[in-house]
Amino acid sequence: MATGCEKITCVQTSTWLTYNHMVVDELSDHDVDRIFRALADRTRRDIFERVLITGLSVSTLADDYEMSFAAVQKHVGVLERASLVTKERRGREQIVHGNVPVLRRASALLDMFEQIWMQRDRQIAEILDEKGKD
Amino acid sequence: MTVISSVKDPVALSLVVVSQFNATPEQVWDVWEDPRKLERWWGPPTYPATFVRHEFFVDGQSRYHMTGPNGEQPHGWWRIRSIDKAHRIEFDNGLAGDDGEPVPGMESMPSSVSFEAVDGGTRMTSVSNFTDVEQMEKMIAMGMQEGTEQAVGQIDDLLSSLN
Repeated sequence: MATGCEKITCVQTSTWLTYNHMVVDELSDHDVDRIFRALADRTRRDIFERVLITGLSVSTLADDYEMSFAAVQKHVGVLERASLVTKERRGREQIVHGNVPVLRRASALLDMFEQIWMQRDRQIAEILDEKGKD
Repeated sequence: MTVISSVKDPVALSLVVVSQFNATPEQVWDVWEDPRKLERWWGPPTYPATFVRHEFFVDGQSRYHMTGPNGEQPHGWWRIRSIDKAHRIEFDNGLAGDDGEPVPGMESMPSSVSFEAVDGGTRMTSVSNFTDVEQMEKMIAMGMQEGTEQAVGQIDDLLSSLN
């Protein structure tokens, strides 16, 4: 497995998120279902997170996983059908890129839920403060 | 109250919010356990919640509705998966139909909350895990977003009246 990159990915993703408050509405529910089925697998999530940072060839990806080139290519195929990644032919290689806009809708929704929780926490604090005054 | 951190993972569809309160873990626990207190904070100010059932034990069920500014009443439910008084609760929650019962076939949302005594108060960590974007949109459509925007609007009004 590609170890050591997960942490970097995490930081990178949340930095990117900070700048993103836009809702992208062009996906149908059917598309969305496909996206999240594609991401249900741990290896696919790992591949997706890595190609969000930089385009990588299928063979570079395959070197980092304890599975065959064909198996990695199959995972990339699932991600591609869900529109999470695009493939670009460069000479003899195929470069896999992350498709950023599809993530925007998920992150915009998470922003809303974050606001909901912050509001809830403010309301909890008000209730607890009343108690302190008794 | 201080928000310590908030971490959003758009790939895993999870949200972790950590806040600190100037109260003991038992006091913070009480706002979850006591339905009369819970309904004062679960919904946004313009969408107050009413809990008609709240069973705070393993496999216990809750039923609630929120009342919007135009009288609309979206329903929701909880089911407690595990409970450790003043330390941790794990529960599933989801949207209910007009009869107040869970909608068959609709995914529930696993959540957990933990409470930790720290210097000068209690740190509360809430973790929400979503199944898919569609589910998130349905929950937002329940009125929570409108309530959030209105609350932000109220703060803006207050600030502008101070100028």
